[in-house]
Amino acid sequence: MSTKTILSPYETVQEARNPKRNGIAEYIGELFDDFVELHGDRLFRDDPSLVGGMASFHGKTVMVIGHRKGKNTKENIEYNFGMTSPEGYRKGIRLMKMAEKFGWPVITFVDTPGAYPGLEAESNGQSNAIAQSIACMSALKVPVISIITGEGNSGGALAIATADCVWMLEHAIYAILSPEGFASIMWKDASRAPEACEIMKITAKELKEFGLIDDIIPEGDKGMKQLDAMIGKALKRLEKNTPEQLALNRYEKFRNLDGRCWSL
Amino acid sequence: MKLDEIFHKKKSRLSTLKSRRIATGANHKRILECSQCAAQAEREELEQNHWICKNCGAYFALDAQTRIEMVCDEGSFHEMNRMMATGNPLAFPDYEKKLKNLRKKNKTMDAFTCGIAKIEGIAVAIGVLDSHFLMGSMGTAVGEKIARLAEKAGKKNLPLVIFSASGGARMQEGLFSLMQMSKTAAAIHRFREDGGLFVSFLTHPTTGGVSASYASLGDIMLAEPDALIGFAGPRVIEQTIGRKLPEGFQRAEFLLEHGMIDDIVKREEIRTYLGRILKMYRKGKQS
Ligand SMILES: [Zn+2]
Repeated sequence: MSTKTILSPYETVQEARNPKRNGIAEYIGELFDDFVELHGDRLFRDDPSLVGGMASFHGKTVMVIGHRKGKNTKENIEYNFGMTSPEGYRKGIRLMKMAEKFGWPVITFVDTPGAYPGLEAESNGQSNAIAQSIACMSALKVPVISIITGEGNSGGALAIATADCVWMLEHAIYAILSPEGFASIMWKDASRAPEACEIMKITAKELKEFGLIDDIIPEGDKGMKQLDAMIGKALKRLEKNTPEQLALNRYEKFRNLDGRCWSL
Repeated sequence: MKLDEIFHKKKSRLSTLKSRRIATGANHKRILECSQCAAQAEREELEQNHWICKNCGAYFALDAQTRIEMVCDEGSFHEMNRMMATGNPLAFPDYEKKLKNLRKKNKTMDAFTCGIAKIEGIAVAIGVLDSHFLMGSMGTAVGEKIARLAEKAGKKNLPLVIFSASGGARMQEGLFSLMQMSKTAAAIHRFREDGGLFVSFLTHPTTGGVSASYASLGDIMLAEPDALIGFAGPRVIEQTIGRKLPEGFQRAEFLLEHGMIDDIVKREEIRTYLGRILKMYRKGKQS
């Protein structure tokens, strides 16, 4: 697909969900010279819907964390369609703390229909895991970059997206929940999702204008090259701060992100 | 003997409810109906019984003011940021009209009421999410008020108590609402890292973006009996797994069993329960 194509919000959703899009495996392969996957939350199990590990970015050690979707049905079942359970978020927290301990920047790749709404996920504290992940990330004393590559839905996406830099692929979406879920809550009619997409303001362009994301990355090979350069530049800039200043700046960013749209 | 029976539980004093307070169960009706068993009761009778149905024991949803008067020492509550109002960042159709009507009906600007008060003589920062206002959903004004309350509690060195009841992030403010999860979780996290005590009290229902942010970050996590608490709503889970959920799933008792909360506290005992925690906390700080 040409990067010049202007898609409607609903077409953007379809493209954001396209299984042929680059996923975590492609990003790891293209952007890093080495990657060692680290498994498990040390509490219960390894959640394959969230990948994490040490990586080398142009010789610099970083921690990579990201949702994993499948390219086909078999893979999707294995990775639970990119819907992460508490164990996945807890693995993420473990790896973020490890990165902080060794001073490695954290780079996350967001692509999820939402956190897994399942029986075990609830029993094991889905809310608690997401809340802890957000809190942990908000205070990390290392640089944090998040890239929304496909679907960024609900708290399941935000759990790994409280970052110094939040970037979106041109045809990615970032939303309070899936347009189908939104339509079903607001109008009790999931088939009104196309309409929901217009109202919800979920495209990279709209969210950049709101100041809720920091930058847009073009689709395709050109975007991958640009992303590589952007990560390098951002890390250089962020690493000029002391660890304490990094955490404080991130706190201030999310403290003021809504641009005072409330009034007193 | 159960451990929690070692210390005799005093019943809380009945709070004197002032006439200016707004109606719980809404509509200022003199006769109210229980949503569980449809039994009718007079307003005064319900007030005397802590808004618990005498017939079936179900808890009526409390508005913020009633909750505050039930929990705090009489006349001790000083409200903060009372006039803070959300905007309409997405220009969402009919949102402003809806807000206007709710503000009139509920006599509050949004779903979160907060301030400084005393519980059993101990000063606290306290906040209450009110499910009568758009399901207690968290938009930008709610998020901002929670963050300010946490910062105030930190500055004044006060314990922080928040009663939540919410359907989650507010749909009408889209991603702006989602970002309040980061804002509130970060503010609470910071408060706690600086040594603050956060008591998170979950009431029926607490789900979605509220349960998955600040509300799950309590040093002490408490809930009212039978309160529904979870990330996804029961209907969404049933659709996902393709079968009915077991009885009691996502209820306070289920969460206690699974290690997600510290205790379940009956409504009539909340004030004395919090008082005991706060007293021991304060003693522990002094020594
Ligand atoms: Zn009843």
